[in-house]
Amino acid sequence: MRPTSQSADGPARLAGPAGRPREPSGAAPSRLRSLRKYWRILRVSLTERLTYRADFFLTTTLRFLPMVTTILLWEAIFTGSRQDELGGFSRHEMIAYLLLVHISRMFSSMPGLAFGIARDIRDGTLKKYLLQPIDMIAYLVSYRVAHKMAYIATSALPYGLLFLACGSYFDGFPDALTLLAYFVALLLGFAIGFFFEACIGMVGFWFLEVTSFLYVVNTVNFFISGQMLPLDILPPFWATLLKGLPFQYMAYFQAAVFLGKIQGWDLVWGLLAELGWAVLFIVLARVLYRLGLRRYSAYGG
Amino acid sequence: MPIIEAVGLTKTYRVAQKKEGFLGAVRGLFRREYKEVRAVADVSFTIEPGEMVAFLGPNGAGKTTTLKMLSGLIYPTAGTARVLGFTPWDRADAFRRRFALVMGQKNQLWWDLPAGDSFQLHKEIYSLDTRQFERTLGDLLELFRVKGLTRQPVRELSLGERMKMELIAALLHEPQLLLLDEPTIGLDVVAQVAIQKCLKEYNARRGVTMLLTSHYMRDVEALCSRVLVIAHGRLIYDGPLAGITEQFGQSKLVKVQFDGEDAPADLGRFGEVSELDGPAAVLRVERGRVPEVLAALLEHYAVLDVSVQDPPLDQVIARVFEEARAAHEANQPVG
Repeated sequence: MRPTSQSADGPARLAGPAGRPREPSGAAPSRLRSLRKYWRILRVSLTERLTYRADFFLTTTLRFLPMVTTILLWEAIFTGSRQDELGGFSRHEMIAYLLLVHISRMFSSMPGLAFGIARDIRDGTLKKYLLQPIDMIAYLVSYRVAHKMAYIATSALPYGLLFLACGSYFDGFPDALTLLAYFVALLLGFAIGFFFEACIGMVGFWFLEVTSFLYVVNTVNFFISGQMLPLDILPPFWATLLKGLPFQYMAYFQAAVFLGKIQGWDLVWGLLAELGWAVLFIVLARVLYRLGLRRYSAYGG
Repeated sequence: MPIIEAVGLTKTYRVAQKKEGFLGAVRGLFRREYKEVRAVADVSFTIEPGEMVAFLGPNGAGKTTTLKMLSGLIYPTAGTARVLGFTPWDRADAFRRRFALVMGQKNQLWWDLPAGDSFQLHKEIYSLDTRQFERTLGDLLELFRVKGLTRQPVRELSLGERMKMELIAALLHEPQLLLLDEPTIGLDVVAQVAIQKCLKEYNARRGVTMLLTSHYMRDVEALCSRVLVIAHGRLIYDGPLAGITEQFGQSKLVKVQFDGEDAPADLGRFGEVSELDGPAAVLRVERGRVPEVLAALLEHYAVLDVSVQDPPLDQVIARVFEEARAAHEANQPVG
């Protein structure tokens, strides 16, 4: 029952009726301008995030405590099992893997993102993105990149020290090409983590409360993304299945690449699949956002 | 060209009806019942550039819903609107750069940061030119008298100061249209008056068009020469503020100062006695009967002084709302 004149999905009008000078005149410069806009928003957000640096530093430090127990646990498992390898992982590799998973999560974990989107929908903060010339998803990406940069910068020192102390668990350093693939995998992991969580947040357009749903997803994700243990340890059926899902790219994949477990064409295919998943979630988030907005504008507001 | 042109705007919400009790809740999971609520019905008006117009109406009358349609937050169920030459719910960026909506109960500013940082963010969101931005900001800080406060975290500001900062943030991109939903809600009288002065001054300087809703008649009297009265989704009055009394104020207040210690006891026959203080009395008299009552009073009693006044505006408005509600309920089918 909506009037026919509206076309929320239509191309954005580039110039006002009076041809205001501030409006860009073509599509290409406009895209560049908008990129620059979000880059600047990122910089402003960075100063906001840095007001919370003490909090950052503390949470990073506290995160080391469970790591110590994990290392001790796996030392005990290997000693008890009297085996040199479990699922193709040596004792050293296992512990190196569990340390590396933290690096993966530094990129792919999105604390508060889905919850924040759902809350904004419920309490009406969402209006801000409809009233101002700004795209919610692009804004949240800028904000999150700033958040991640601040986080990585503040935790670089403690993490560096930790990896230095645990240096003995790493058997050598990967070559330049592997390292490059590793960084690409981390960046794509950020994209998958971000847009996957964003999709969950968009569920808030249809349901008031997403907290319990989010809890279930996070709990399952902890296991199937390989944060608890490398997927290779699981029975072959499960290992194959989980490696076909996007979740491995939020923890397992990057760590396995770093340790040289995935090489050659496997690595290429792995990266392509990761890119594919990233694109899928980017598109899905956009579609859900549009459908959600249509619903929001028709019923709520 | 008018800034706002609304024709037959109508918004009907479908509200899910929650059944009582556990069984009702379970049944609601499978089969929901909806009730149609007509929030705005066939509202039409135009607003010209530079006007300051108030939207009056009781809670739930449809003021905010109308503002939401005009700012493009929600689609109407029927009707059309052109705002600044755009259809608002297309949400074209060019449209969004040229207006602002401020809601008194919502804050846009970052809570833990100084307002200055939020202003910086607004500068980027609206892609404002740096020099232009600094000049506008400087002017606004001066106008609102909050120059020294931009580096204080927003949470440490008083409610009035915070509202001023919200308004500054909304005006940084120099909108041609400012929609205000309860801009002075929760403020003390001093802060209210300060905000009114700033808005008025800004309107005089920049010729910005303003449409505001408020529960405070003081805001309306101070700012707006034209009012739209909306009750139960319908526009029931559109005209100058003073005209409300003429159209809806069916009675006048007759103030009489009698000679002697006490006012006469039988004043009730002339009209409703709304105040009585020794020899001074205030009578509420139907408008048509005023000459006749005055003549009778002067003829029968020794009168020292007499004056006829319109009842205070908020009383008239309250009566209008009350009558609209009664009429609405009379038209509603029972159940």
